[in-house]
Amino acid sequence: MKAIRTSIILSMLAGLFLTSCSQKKEITGAGATFPEPYYNLVFKNYTDKTGTNVSYGGVGSGGGIRSLKNEIIDFAGTDVIPGKEDTEGMMPVIYIPTCRGAVVLSYNIPNIDKLRLTADLIAGIYLDSINNWNDASIQVANPVIVLPDLAITPVYRSDGSGTTYNFSQYMSSVSANWKNALGVGKSLNFTDGIAAKGNPGVVGTIANTPGAIGYIGSEYAFSMNVPAAAIMNANSQFIEPTTQAIADDSYPITCTTWIGIYKEQHYAGRSIEQAKNTLDLMQFMLDAETQKSTEAIHYAPVPEADRQNALKALEEVTYDGVRILVKRLKW
Amino acid sequence: MTKDKVFRTLLLGSALLIVLVCEAVFYSLTSGALPAFRSFGFFRFIGSSQWGVVDGSEHYGALPFIMGTLLTSFVALLLCIPFSLPVAFFVGEYYRNTKLASWVGGVVDLLAGIPSIVYGLWGFYAVRPFIVRIGLSQQGFGILTASVVLAIMIIPYAASLSAEFIRMVPQELKEGAYSLGATRAEVLRRIILPSSASGLVSSYILAIGRALGETMAVTMLIGNTNNLPLSLSDTGNTMASVIANQFGEADGFKLSSLIAIGLVLFLITAAINFVGHLIIKRNTL
Repeated sequence: MKAIRTSIILSMLAGLFLTSCSQKKEITGAGATFPEPYYNLVFKNYTDKTGTNVSYGGVGSGGGIRSLKNEIIDFAGTDVIPGKEDTEGMMPVIYIPTCRGAVVLSYNIPNIDKLRLTADLIAGIYLDSINNWNDASIQVANPVIVLPDLAITPVYRSDGSGTTYNFSQYMSSVSANWKNALGVGKSLNFTDGIAAKGNPGVVGTIANTPGAIGYIGSEYAFSMNVPAAAIMNANSQFIEPTTQAIADDSYPITCTTWIGIYKEQHYAGRSIEQAKNTLDLMQFMLDAETQKSTEAIHYAPVPEADRQNALKALEEVTYDGVRILVKRLKW
Repeated sequence: MTKDKVFRTLLLGSALLIVLVCEAVFYSLTSGALPAFRSFGFFRFIGSSQWGVVDGSEHYGALPFIMGTLLTSFVALLLCIPFSLPVAFFVGEYYRNTKLASWVGGVVDLLAGIPSIVYGLWGFYAVRPFIVRIGLSQQGFGILTASVVLAIMIIPYAASLSAEFIRMVPQELKEGAYSLGATRAEVLRRIILPSSASGLVSSYILAIGRALGETMAVTMLIGNTNNLPLSLSDTGNTMASVIANQFGEADGFKLSSLIAIGLVLFLITAAINFVGHLIIKRNTL
């Protein structure tokens, strides 16, 4: 009995050892959580087609750039192209747009799933000048529904986030009150409401707090099935954040998410194969077929011109100063 | 070298290694925190309630989080006493050495083994709606919710240690009191409580030490705002939860300030544990 047990344990250990030793092709990335659901889908497709494993850690845009700076990953996902101080001391990085999404305003008002908001209303809610759903100003924008007497709980991100950046950038461009009080940034000095970590944290808090409203990546609203408000765009139309509206830019709060790779791929002892595999994955991300799959899970494809520019940029990538891109159209 | 000598050297080595690790933690926290202390000053850092995260006008002060930690921990302590003290009396005196007592003691100890994320979930889905329903808070997040869950988390620590001290009260003392005609309640109040008092105090201090560092459950319940909490229904952040929340995307001064908060938490926890052990030591000698 004891001998059997020992041999089972030994063979399990041996199995562990062997799997960790086998040289499987692997590309590693880390960064933004905003595109993570889309990346999971695309990377799985890529692995099915090529056998190369792609692992992606959703650690946030800043964490991704930091990991790239530390040269421990092959690519970084980021919602914001980082400024000078974040990339100080880094070799040149090429940023490739991978997909577009929207920041949506999700809410939890019992029995209401159609809500219209303007930028001024959103600013009022976050700056605490509007604090009940039955406020006259919200009611005016929503003539066909009757809003309940329910306190508004704004929810925001407790961690620094590209979603906060994109949302605050839009808000600052359309609301002077917002611009003066909160400004633009990956984290802001919110004074009202409660905070939760990550897109999933904000969605979970909204879903479980009657009266809550918060800004999240569009995909999270769809997957958690919480309603998202129609936002008034520059043409004074209220637009729901559908895939179509995100793609044709009629929904006002859209954003592009990026992947950053080093222009010179010979770093931290990486092999030329690893560099070529990384480039192949980047081409796959920009492939027309892949871009089409964005819509399946509520993201939108990158505009054609940007896609062509990004493919051109990939040609500039080098290994020891020599260009290495092998063009490929089928996987 | 004899076998014994080899063994002794090994023991010494691994014991010293732990001390070294502790010092290394302290060193890396201090060196990471230095930029924050240097630019804001140690006392201004722990005394300022400004947590300004906007690039260009960054200013970091830890007071809201120190306050949040102390407030949640002490409220948790207050809430835990009425539950843990009776359990300690029950297990350590009234029903000592009975099956029932060992069963109750076992269940209470089981509470200590539940991972804190599970407490967090329970707090999120059960305690929070309850707090909303009884009208103590609008959305249920805040100091009070976090403290209630913390209180339950530290009950096993306080209860089993206190029971141990109550059990240690010499039998002769109690028998002497009974022979003088004291009732059980009088024995409890006049004999057991005074002679185990310092032990009880130290077990609650150690329980607080545990509450101070609790991260996951608190992060899920406290609301994660950077305000200075002034009442129980306010939302806030503790030192541990602000680090957990903001570490991922932090860099530069913000990162240094978070590490500095880690250092302050390290010092507070160490001081409280030290006091607890000091009282136990005096008690048992």
